[in-house]
Amino acid sequence: MQIDLEIFQITVLSLEVSILATFLSLLLGLPLGTLLALGRFPGRSFLLSLVNTGMGLPPVVVGLFVAMSLWRSGPLGDLNLIYTPTAIVIAQVVIAFPVVTGLTTAALQALDTGLQLQLLGLGASRLQMIWLLWREARLPLLAGMMAGFGSVISEVGASMMVGGNIRYQTRVLTTAIVLETSKGEFNNAIGLAVLLLTITFLVNWGLTWIQQRAAKR
Amino acid sequence: MKSRLSLLFGLLFIFVIALSGCAPAAVPTPTAAPATEVPTAAPTANPAPANPDLILATTTSTQDSGLLDVLVPLFEQQTGYKVKVVAVGTGAALQMGQQGNADVLLVHAPSSEVTYMKGGFGKDRLLVMHNDFIIVGPTTDPAGIKGTASAVDAFKKIATASAPFISRGDQSGTNTKELALWKSAGLDPAGQKPTWYVESGQGMGATLTIASQKNAYTLTDRATYLANKANLQLDILVEKDTSLLNVYHVITVNPDKWPKVNYVGAMAFAKWIIDPATQDVIAKFGVDKYGQQLFIPDATKTDADLGL
Repeated sequence: MQIDLEIFQITVLSLEVSILATFLSLLLGLPLGTLLALGRFPGRSFLLSLVNTGMGLPPVVVGLFVAMSLWRSGPLGDLNLIYTPTAIVIAQVVIAFPVVTGLTTAALQALDTGLQLQLLGLGASRLQMIWLLWREARLPLLAGMMAGFGSVISEVGASMMVGGNIRYQTRVLTTAIVLETSKGEFNNAIGLAVLLLTITFLVNWGLTWIQQRAAKR
Repeated sequence: MKSRLSLLFGLLFIFVIALSGCAPAAVPTPTAAPATEVPTAAPTANPAPANPDLILATTTSTQDSGLLDVLVPLFEQQTGYKVKVVAVGTGAALQMGQQGNADVLLVHAPSSEVTYMKGGFGKDRLLVMHNDFIIVGPTTDPAGIKGTASAVDAFKKIATASAPFISRGDQSGTNTKELALWKSAGLDPAGQKPTWYVESGQGMGATLTIASQKNAYTLTDRATYLANKANLQLDILVEKDTSLLNVYHVITVNPDKWPKVNYVGAMAFAKWIIDPATQDVIAKFGVDKYGQQLFIPDATKTDADLGL
């Protein structure tokens, strides 16, 4: 029973961290993605290229740079965040945020350009227009959210580097799988892997259901 | 659609809050070590420490053997410290100490440690325990090293036979010992990179798995081998040579170099691990499960006693 409690704790921590990271990425990524899609300002293309590059950032590289910032010897060392779940959330936001931003931009740019003008012409305020555009693009936006979540629930490099895989504190499903594998406990590793896949599937099933309900309207 | 999105966010919000409420309660009392009795040694009624966070940098061998899963909860229970155990190779652990990213180190590469202390990065260095290294390999033993008395001779035979050998290749304590043995044999496979010499770059557990899968030889500490034996097809071929002694020291990171380190906590850990009650726990570790001692406590001895 003790082992099961520990697995429950690991699972809960994985979900907490990744869901929070995805949520924060949405908070940052939706507005920025909208700005990049609808705005016209110098450096826009360059910024968009950066965001698109960011989608392919290797998580372990992100982990390395975030760890170097959070170590005591690093610039943010005084915050004492290294080897805490907060550090993992930070690293995962850095990983997921470009994904959400890039896909938001692509989603909004795919809309009929006439729609913006039509909405403004009908008397919508800027904010109302943006909200309506989001509604129009809800299918790809939800897909972007799922992509963001997928990119962080499955990553191990950053969690390992900034979290340290510390038992009961920062051990998540992916890092636990690595540990069990390195100990040669393949059955445990497979069990954890199946658990991780199931949870990821369940979350995406829920989001897909919402996405497809939205499609039917 | 507006109501659906709000519903989604609302649900997510409630879910996250509920989970964060759940999680602390779900942390189990850590008595995960199966057979070893965790003695409820007289709980010293210490006042809660001023700075309870302690970062212990140690080696993957110490972690993989399972000893820390017994010692760390015991230490936390008795003193109220909250220990973050970061298991990396000895090289990385010493580097962390050098940069002040850890408070206390538990490592086993005496030559590297001496260099480290000379650099002034450590304040106290105390002898803790030792175990021994063994050379393991496939039952078929293509290089014919079984029963060789000298580890250096065994290495020579492996090289002569060009038998596959897996090295840690990660500047860990085990790797340091392995390279020293090759040097004594007058060989340099790490430099010359013959095809039979493979560097895994990983911890001891993972390296043993690779050796087992590739029917290769490797140098390992006895504790990790025994802890992983059930999953391996490797036999002990060479053991008990004096050159195969694996000595552990605990080092406190020097607060004069890095004022931010938790020196009080580091000293508490160092003193605790050489305390006779703890040394007794170390001596008993693994006896129930593996029928032999995995670590031999040495706090009462000196470096000279162990040939260092």
